[in-house]
Amino acid sequence: MLERLQELYDEAAKKVDDAVTLQQLNDVRVAYLGKKGPITELMKGMGSLSADERPKVGQKANEVRESLTKKIEEKEAVLEKEELNNKLKNEQIDVTLPGRPVPKGARHPLTSVVETIEDVFIGMGFTVAEGPEVETDYYNFESLNLPKHHPARDMQDTFFITSDLLLRTQTSPVQTRSMEKHRGQGPVKIICPGKVYRRDEDDATHSHQFMQIEGLVVDEGIRMSDLKGIFATFVKQYFGEDRDIRLRPSFFPFTEPSAELDISCAMCNGEGCRTCKHTGWIEVLGAGMVHPNVLEMGGFDPEKYTGFAFGMGVERFAMLKYGIDDIRHFYTNDARFLRQFARE
Amino acid sequence: MLVSYQWLQKYVDLTDLTAEETAEKLTRSGVEVDAMTNLSEEIDGLTAGYVEACEPHPDADKLSICRVDIGEDAPAQIVCGADNVAGGQYVAVAKVGGTLPGGMKIKRAKLRGQTSEGMICSLQELGFESKLIPKKYSEGIFVFPEPVTPGSDALSLLGLNDTVFELDLTPNRSDCLSMLGVAYETAAILGRSVKKPEMPVTESSEPSESRVRVDVAAAEANPYYGATVIENITIKESPLWLQMTLMAAGIRPLNNVVDITNYVLLEYGQPLHAFDFDRFNSDEVLVRYAENGEQMTTLDEETRVMQADHLLITNGKTPVAMAGVMGGATSEVQNDTKNILLEAAYFDPVTVRKASRDHGLRSDSSVRFEKGVDPQRVRDAGKRAASLIEELAGGRVLLPPEEFDQLDRSERQIRVSLTQINGLLGTDLTVEDAADVFRRLQFTFEISDETFAVDVPTRRQDIFIEADLIEEVARLYGYDRIPVTLPNSATTPGKLSDRQKKQRQTRRFFENTGMHEAVSYSLTSAAKEARIGIDQQMPRVDVALPMSEERSALRTTLLPHLLDALEYNKNRNEYNVHLYELGSVFLTEQTAINEQPDEKTYISGAFMGRWFEHAWQKENRDVDFFAVKGVLEGLFAELNTSERIAFVQTEKEGFHPGQTAAIMADGIEIGFVAQLHPSVAKTWSLPAVFVFEIDFDELIKGEMPMSYQPVPRFPAIDRDIALIVDKTVSAEEVADVIRREGGSILTNVALFDVYEGEHIESGKKSLAFSLRYLDPEKTLKEEDVTDVHETILKALYTALGAELRQ
Ligand SMILES: [Zn+2]
Repeated sequence: MLERLQELYDEAAKKVDDAVTLQQLNDVRVAYLGKKGPITELMKGMGSLSADERPKVGQKANEVRESLTKKIEEKEAVLEKEELNNKLKNEQIDVTLPGRPVPKGARHPLTSVVETIEDVFIGMGFTVAEGPEVETDYYNFESLNLPKHHPARDMQDTFFITSDLLLRTQTSPVQTRSMEKHRGQGPVKIICPGKVYRRDEDDATHSHQFMQIEGLVVDEGIRMSDLKGIFATFVKQYFGEDRDIRLRPSFFPFTEPSAELDISCAMCNGEGCRTCKHTGWIEVLGAGMVHPNVLEMGGFDPEKYTGFAFGMGVERFAMLKYGIDDIRHFYTNDARFLRQFARE
Repeated sequence: MLVSYQWLQKYVDLTDLTAEETAEKLTRSGVEVDAMTNLSEEIDGLTAGYVEACEPHPDADKLSICRVDIGEDAPAQIVCGADNVAGGQYVAVAKVGGTLPGGMKIKRAKLRGQTSEGMICSLQELGFESKLIPKKYSEGIFVFPEPVTPGSDALSLLGLNDTVFELDLTPNRSDCLSMLGVAYETAAILGRSVKKPEMPVTESSEPSESRVRVDVAAAEANPYYGATVIENITIKESPLWLQMTLMAAGIRPLNNVVDITNYVLLEYGQPLHAFDFDRFNSDEVLVRYAENGEQMTTLDEETRVMQADHLLITNGKTPVAMAGVMGGATSEVQNDTKNILLEAAYFDPVTVRKASRDHGLRSDSSVRFEKGVDPQRVRDAGKRAASLIEELAGGRVLLPPEEFDQLDRSERQIRVSLTQINGLLGTDLTVEDAADVFRRLQFTFEISDETFAVDVPTRRQDIFIEADLIEEVARLYGYDRIPVTLPNSATTPGKLSDRQKKQRQTRRFFENTGMHEAVSYSLTSAAKEARIGIDQQMPRVDVALPMSEERSALRTTLLPHLLDALEYNKNRNEYNVHLYELGSVFLTEQTAINEQPDEKTYISGAFMGRWFEHAWQKENRDVDFFAVKGVLEGLFAELNTSERIAFVQTEKEGFHPGQTAAIMADGIEIGFVAQLHPSVAKTWSLPAVFVFEIDFDELIKGEMPMSYQPVPRFPAIDRDIALIVDKTVSAEEVADVIRREGGSILTNVALFDVYEGEHIESGKKSLAFSLRYLDPEKTLKEEDVTDVHETILKALYTALGAELRQ
C-alpha cells in the first residue's frame, strides 16, 4: 500500500505540473484529495492491515495529502499571478495621452520681481512700507527738498489733480511718511514698492504708469560705504554672485551725495555688448545719502542722524531679468505673455 | 549741451588724451557724456578745390561742367547740379574713390555724356543737419568764404577733425552749460589749469553813458544790466571757424554780430542780446514789469500778450525784448545795421522761468537764466563779445558800459570738517586728500583744526551745504574708492506685516486655481465705468489736464480694465482666460476735490470660457457662477474668514439679474460675485463672463483665530434627508434651520443634491442634505440622533414648509 500511495502522489504531482489553468488545477485537487478520491478510497482498506503496518500507512497517507496540498497551493499562486497579469495586459492604456490638468496660474512678472526684492531686503532686516498713490504736493515734492518752482521738478512731468493733489511721481514720499512714523527715532529700515505715474506717452520704453521700489535707511552713523555694502549684498543675491557694482555721481534733489548704481552686464560679462550699449555696465538704480533738509522735514535731527535712500524701477528689473523688450507688455495682460510666468 | 572737443582744448590741455578717454572720465565723475559724434568719421577723400571755370552742360539745363583744381597735375572735370556753383569759388571736393556720410561712394561717372571725376559738396552732403546750415548754403554747394590752397585737407579747413560730446547734464550742473564750465570740470578731474579767453578791446574815448541811460524798475528781477554801445560796425558773414564752431554746437550761423553773441553764450554760459541801436528809437533802456495785457512782437514774428510778472526791456516807452527769453522784432540786428547796443544782464531765474513757461518759449537764453547764470561772469561776457565784435565786425566800442548794478557777486563760504567728510562717506581721507580736491576745483579755502572754510566760486550755484562739498570730494576722489561696509546699527527684524502676508497668500491661492494675475492702468474714464452700470455723474478723482479722455479719471473699480483684457485675449484666440487683480481704487465723496481720496485695495476677477478642460476624456466644464463662488469660498477658507461670510441673492445694474450675489461679511456688503449682464458683455464682444470684486481690507478684517479641536475619539453617525420645498426657498435658508436645530452634536451639514422636474410638484424642488452627528464625550446612540433629527424635521416644516421627500 505504501507503494500505491507513492504512485498516486507521483501521478497527481505530474498532473499538477501539467495544469495550465486554475480549473485544471482544481480538477486535480478534487480528483485526488476529494472525498471520493483514490487516497480516501485506499484508506478505507486500512482495516486489512496489521497493527504494525497500520500507523506507517496512515503516516504515509498524511504525508502524501500534505505534500500534494502544498504543491497545489504553490501552483495555484503561480497560475493566479499569470491569470492576473493576462487580465491586466488587456487593460493597457496609451501612457502618452495627456493627463488631467491641475490648474496653474501665473504671478505677474512685476509682482515676482517685487516679492523677490522684498525678500532679499527683509533678509537684511528691512520692513515693507506703503503709501498712497494720490499724494499731496508736500509729500511728493516739498518734503523731498523740491520746493515749488525748483527746476528739478521738470525732471518729472506730473499728473496733477488739483494744485495740491497729484498722482505720485515716485515712491519717495513714503520716505517722509515713514520717518514721521518713527518720530525722530532710528533706526528706520524700509523698502516701499508701489505704482507711480508720469505724463509720458506710452511706447516701448515709456509708460505713464510704472512701478518703483524705494528704500530708506536712517540711523546714527550711516555712511555712504554702507550704501555700497547693502547694494553689493543685494546685487549678488538678486543678480548673482559674479556681478560687480559701481557707483557714478548723479543728482537727486533729496540726496547728497547722489549716485547711480551700475552692475556689470550679465550678457557680456562686462566686455561690452548691445544690451549694455558697449559700456559693460547696466544702470539699475539711483541712490544717495539722505539730504539734511529731507531728514529734518521727516522729523530727524540731521546733526545726529544720517541715512541713505535708493529707488529702482521694477519694470527695468523685469526687462533685464527676462529679456522683455517692450514695457507695454506688463500692462496688456495678454495671456500668451502672462502664462509664461506660471513657471516662476 | 554739445561740446566740441577741439573747442574744449582751447581752455584745457588734453593733448595726451583721446576724446574717448576724456569722455569716460567726465562720465565717471558725474558729467555724463551721453553720446559722441566724430564729425569726420564717415568722410574720406575730401579736398579743397578751386573752380577754374564753370560752363553750362550742353545737354542738361540744371547741370554745369566745372574745371576744378584739386591740387593734382591736371584739373578735374566735375559735373555739378547746384545753382550757386560759379567760376572763382573755393569749394570742398569729394574725390573719386572717396566716401561721404551715409556710406556714399564717389565714382567716376558720366552725366548726360560728360565725364565727372568727383563731387563738389554741400554741407548736407558732409553730414550737417539742414536746420543748422546758414541760409546762404542751404540750397547749394558750400563755398569757402576765404581763399584756400587747392589739394589741401578740407576736413581740417572745415574744422571737421573733431568729436562732439553730447552731455546729459543733471539739473544741478548748470555750470556745465558753458564751455568754460566744462573746462573747469575737466581741469578738476585731471588736475590741470584752465586757460581763460582773452578779450582785448581798444581803449575808447567815450563811455556808453554818452549814448544811453539805463534804468531798472525791478532790481530784484534784474540786479545787473550792462549796455555797451558799439558804433560803425559791418554786418557780414562770420569767418569760417566761427560758423563751423556754432554748427558743431548745434546753432545755425546768421551774421557776425549774432554769431558772436551766441558764441559767448556757449563760452561763458551768459546769454547776451544785441539791439540795432538806430531801430531802438531811444537813448534810454528801462527794465520793468509788463502791464497786464501789454503786447509785443518777438523775433519769431509772434505777437505776445504779457502778464504783470513778465519782465520787459523797453526803450522807455515800448517793449523791445522779453527779458532773458527773446528779443523783439523791431530792434533786431539786420544786414544794414550800423550801431548796436549790446546787453549783458543778470535776470532772476524764477522770473525768466515763469515767462518762458507762460509763453511756451524755451531758448538757449532762457534755459541758462532759469538755472542762474554766474554773477561774476556777466561783465566779462559782455566785454568778451565786444572784443570779438571789434575784431570781426569792426566798429568802435564805447567803454565802459552803462550799467545798473545791484548784483550780489559774493562767494558763499561753507565750513566742513574732515570728520564730517569721512563720517558721511565711510572713508579714511587725510586733510591733504580733501585739500587736493578743493585745489583741483579751484576753490579757495583755509584749513584750521582739520576744518575747511571753503569759498565756493559763484560759477558753482549748486553748492550750498556741507553735504554738497562732501559730494565734490567724493566724486573727484572717486566713488570707486569709497570702501564697502555694512551699517553698524543694531539689527532689526525684517518682516512682512500681516496684511502684506495675506496679500501674498491671496495671490498664491489664485495662482493655484489657474488664474493669471493682471496689472492694469489706474487711469480710466467715467464713460468706461458707466458701461458696467456705474453712475457717470458720481463724484470721482479726475486728472486736471488728462493726456486723453480715455485716461482722465482714477478708477473706482478694477473690472472694466479686466474686461478689456479679456476682450484683448479673445481677439487673439485666447478663449479661456481667468484673470485677477489686486490693486487700488480711488473713492471720494467730494464733487470738488481738496482731500486725498479714499484709496481702497480691491481684489477682482474676471472669467471667460472653459473652467476645466480635459477634452479627450470629455471632462469639459465652462465657467459658471458656482465655479467662481467656489474659488471665493476657497479663498475665504484660506484667509480664515469663511465664518463671517454669506452670499445673498441681489440685483445690480450691469449684471445678470438672476445670477448676482452680494458678499456679506458680518452682515455688511463687502463685494459681489455675478455674471456680467449678457448685453454688457456684448459691448466688449465677450461671451458669458463671470466676475467678482471684493474690498480686501474688509475681507481680512477680524480674522477668526484658528483654534485646535481634538481629533474625535468616538464614531460619528451620518443621516441623509431629502426635502421638498418651494422653489423660492434657498438652500442656505434650509441649512441655517438644520444647523440651528441640530445643536452641539450636529457637526456638519452638506448639500448633495438639488432636483426639480419629474416626480416633483411644479413650483417645488427637492434638496438633499447629508448630516453628521458626533458627540466628543461619548458614543452616540441611534435614539440620541433620532431625537435631534425629528426636531430638525419639525422645525423645517414649521419654518419653511419643508416636507420629507417620500
Ligand atoms: Zn553687455
